[in-house]
Amino acid sequence: MMDSSTNGASRDGYGRALLRLADDPNVVVLEADLGKSTKSCHFRSEYPNRTVSLGIAEQNMMLVAAGMASSGKIPFASTFAIFTERAFEQIRNGIARTGLTVHICGSHGGIHTGSDGSSAQSIEDLAIYRTMPGMTVLHPCDDLSAEELTYQLKELDGPSYMRTARNNTARIYDHSRISSLKIGSGSVLRNGGDVAIIACGVMVEQSLQAASELSENGIECTVIDMHTIKPLDTALIDRLSVDCGCFVSVEDHSVVGGLGSTIAEWISQNRPVPLEMVGVDDRFGESGDSSALMELFGITAGDISEAVKKCVNRKNPTQ
Amino acid sequence: MTNAARSGHPGGSLSAIDLMVALYGTNLRFNPINPNWEDRDRFILSKGHASPAMYSLLLQIGVLSEEDIMTFRKMGSACQGHVDMSWTSGVDFSAGSLGMGLSFGLGCAIAAKMDSSERKVWVMLGDGETQEGQIWEAAMAATYHNATNLKVIVDRNRIQNDDFIEVQMGVGDVASKFSSFGWEVREVDGHDMSAVVEVLDWATDFQGDPVCIIAHTTKGKGVSFMEDNPSFHGKAPTDEELEIALEELA
Repeated sequence: MMDSSTNGASRDGYGRALLRLADDPNVVVLEADLGKSTKSCHFRSEYPNRTVSLGIAEQNMMLVAAGMASSGKIPFASTFAIFTERAFEQIRNGIARTGLTVHICGSHGGIHTGSDGSSAQSIEDLAIYRTMPGMTVLHPCDDLSAEELTYQLKELDGPSYMRTARNNTARIYDHSRISSLKIGSGSVLRNGGDVAIIACGVMVEQSLQAASELSENGIECTVIDMHTIKPLDTALIDRLSVDCGCFVSVEDHSVVGGLGSTIAEWISQNRPVPLEMVGVDDRFGESGDSSALMELFGITAGDISEAVKKCVNRKNPTQ
Repeated sequence: MTNAARSGHPGGSLSAIDLMVALYGTNLRFNPINPNWEDRDRFILSKGHASPAMYSLLLQIGVLSEEDIMTFRKMGSACQGHVDMSWTSGVDFSAGSLGMGLSFGLGCAIAAKMDSSERKVWVMLGDGETQEGQIWEAAMAATYHNATNLKVIVDRNRIQNDDFIEVQMGVGDVASKFSSFGWEVREVDGHDMSAVVEVLDWATDFQGDPVCIIAHTTKGKGVSFMEDNPSFHGKAPTDEELEIALEELA
């Protein structure tokens, strides 16, 4: 089990958190194959009697989870992000509508997933789950935050969806800071008055890199790890609307319906300021190396920098 | 109820009601004073459009009131269009989308086993509902997980929304399908009360495998113009039809 490394995939954090959650005897884990990929396999090894393996049958898994939740269990059900979507209506009608506390984890989300190609690269999961009333939607940026946020789900009364990533990314947090994370509160990683970059998941690292490069050119960015897409931390967005006056949203997800959209929905009805969205344009991915695909789809630190400059110009058109 | 609501599903309620009365009257462990008793047996009405049958039963055992019943399908009513555990005490599942109840029941059954509880889980399916692939995902998983506390009743009334099942898309031999998935299967005339009680007694005691009872029923049972009539799957009777129906059922 990784600990001292400075890199990790958020799915590793999910797997570690399940082991810590096992102290509660009501916590159970459900798999639809792919436990080795989602990292629920560690729980299964330690607690086989509290793991329900349901095979390649996601629709059944989601309703089995709901039934267990109605009987006092706290189910954590995981598969690839894309395959949770196969059970969209089961999650909508069986879990979200009933308000049963079922925690769903979709791993391998986004273009960053890479070589498996477009069939595996969910670029719509955050949008889908965000539309369900009562659903908490999370997308942590590194393994430590994924572990912490998953662990905090034990206090959440109601359903949740978390997207984790397949590939290693730089560790954004360290052990001393991690306990200050809180579901529903955006995490301020850097302060600057020119623009607020609101990022999630694997794009947080790219955003910090862009902010660092921009600072050398005299543009100071606030960078937020918006690990909770829903409920959106609207108090923070309101404050940043005043303090920074414009936003750049950054996500490895379609620009239709994701983090950028939720920010747009809020600011357009409250305090309209310029917003630029960096994300996957309205198209499907393809096979390839993660970094090459991010270049192709325009979601690199360089793309973020360009969006920041454009956004600052929109905020101050005379400059 | 459906007449007052001007909508609803009388046909599938009348095919199921004998089976439900028999189950609640004999083998189901429940407490009408405390409908949410944790260790009760569960009854999952997966064919949740038969909500009038469920609500009538809950009225008879004192969980719902006459007023609840007569506000069926109206805004704010405890009696939602399809049975819903969020709205009605004594309802163990939120239905309305076919094919999901067996999986939910399996989850309840697995949880009961983990808790070393004796509680059983009864799931009522419609026969048209077996067209949903999720039913067979759950049927496969139930035997793998040794859900011997899971008891299914298929209301085999041979009619679905648009027409007879054989016309829409025949489901074949449902009994042999469940049997091939490793279930212990019995068939019964779903309106012969003594035979129904006998098979429910057997199902309650049987411990070897998950159990499936195929209950051969008549859609719209007891009302001449509704019996075997696909048009009364999802249509409420008019005032005149209601009068005739109540006379015939009396």
